[in-house]
Amino acid sequence: MITNILTQIIFYIFALGVIGSALMVVSAKNPVQGVLSLVLCFVAMAGIWILLHAEFLALILIVVYVGAVMTLFLFVVMTLNLDRSQLKRGLVSYLPFGLIIIIFIMIMLFYVVGPAHFGLAAYAAPTAQPANYSNVAALGTTLYSEEVYPFEIAGALLLVAMIAAITLAYRGRRNRKQVKIASQLAVCREDRIKLIGLPSEKKHEDTP
Amino acid sequence: MNLSQAIIELIWIVLGIIAIIVPVMIGVLAFTYAERKVLAFMHVRIGPNRVGPFGFFQPLADAIKLLHKEIIIPAVADKFIFILAPVLSIAPALAAWAVIPFAQGWVLANINAGILYVLAMTSFGAYGILLSGWASNSKYALFGSLRSAAQMVAYEIAMGFALIGVMLAAGSLNLSQIVLAQSGGIWHWYWLPLLPLFVVYLISGVSETNRAPFDVAEGESEIVAGYHVEYGGMAFGVFFLAEYSNMLLISALVSLFFLGGWLSPLQGIPGLETWFAWVPGVIWFLIKIIFFSFLYLWLRATFPRYRYDQIMRLGWKVLIPITLIWIVVVAVAARFNLPPWW
Repeated sequence: MITNILTQIIFYIFALGVIGSALMVVSAKNPVQGVLSLVLCFVAMAGIWILLHAEFLALILIVVYVGAVMTLFLFVVMTLNLDRSQLKRGLVSYLPFGLIIIIFIMIMLFYVVGPAHFGLAAYAAPTAQPANYSNVAALGTTLYSEEVYPFEIAGALLLVAMIAAITLAYRGRRNRKQVKIASQLAVCREDRIKLIGLPSEKKHEDTP
Repeated sequence: MNLSQAIIELIWIVLGIIAIIVPVMIGVLAFTYAERKVLAFMHVRIGPNRVGPFGFFQPLADAIKLLHKEIIIPAVADKFIFILAPVLSIAPALAAWAVIPFAQGWVLANINAGILYVLAMTSFGAYGILLSGWASNSKYALFGSLRSAAQMVAYEIAMGFALIGVMLAAGSLNLSQIVLAQSGGIWHWYWLPLLPLFVVYLISGVSETNRAPFDVAEGESEIVAGYHVEYGGMAFGVFFLAEYSNMLLISALVSLFFLGGWLSPLQGIPGLETWFAWVPGVIWFLIKIIFFSFLYLWLRATFPRYRYDQIMRLGWKVLIPITLIWIVVVAVAARFNLPPWW
């Protein structure tokens, strides 16, 4: 009983965090604060997923999105000199469009995950798993047995995308002042250091 | 479960957190003292010797000094993020200790995805450094944080791949089970079958904590102190605490993943095993942590700082290919139960 109430309290805290930070992403004055809000949004979402016993997905969300993707985002946003007035321009002219899209998405969401199609009648509440239930093992079994073809195809797609990105960014071997590692490693002491034997100074005869 | 049971459980968890945080903080204090003494010994100096016997209370004096100093916020800094950054760097450094098993069953949160939790927490560490550099609105600080961010992203991949090898070998993501999978004596610990991954993990661990010889993020000879150049007083002290508790954490993780955690090194040796059976597991674990902490200081005293492009080359072109190859080797060995380890 008490754990139920606690779970609900935690859920609403995280849910408010997700919504609030998502609003901050689009309304933040500073792009860096926007990126940070997105990080907060991911973290709060991971919290909700952990409440649903999907700890593998939640931790992967943090490792991949918070740890890698958003770090690179922040990296780029920090180094760009963004003009804030440029970003705010066109807000009014785009507003009707945005509103139409929002209403469309809301209707769609309500239709798909609304009480009619996504309520307890359609999907029963998941049964509690035993304490030693391993999320990772369950996910791995499904991914590598039932869903193995979609999984492999997704992997191949990602590989293609990666090769394409590298090909687009690679501008060929030009005459760059690049450090040649092999020649650096091949350097030995004799190439760099020359010992010169200086005879020690002669003693003046007339010094006392 | 009723209310009183829930409250009692909560109190136990809080007590457990205190029982972890307090020794970690004491460990950090001892570590700063040990660093100065060990470096002094290796440089043939004396080191701190004024406060208390052999300068033993020097860290306390330093802490009191930091507490008394004023925290100066630069006029052009982004104040909220400037204050937030040290918090973001210490919080994950301490939170990651929750899943560390100190001995059989001595763990606060015995979760199944322990390795993933540790990876998630350590990946948060980049934010503290990145944001502190940006919020300070200073060129040196920004340079330090940019260097550190690129370095952390590069070495996190090598670190993650090294851990995939450990997961493959142990067949589990739970830290306690990874340790138990290594039982059977010193030659069953993963440092031997996973030797390349052990070396890669150790190097990336040093790099992830921004320590010498990979400390270009601080780079005091080029960019003053890097990301925390604008921080003073306890705001700097928090960064300092985070760096040292991260070093202790990496030492603990290396011991868990590759050196059998709390397992006795004398296991499987007739005679010695029974003689030393009375030593509790936590002592062996502490000895291993202290050894790797000492290694940090040894490395710092021995090697000059890497050049930035060489750090990047080592991370992307040397360490990641090594881990990729060894993952395949481990996967084949684990699949076909190749002797002597599987």
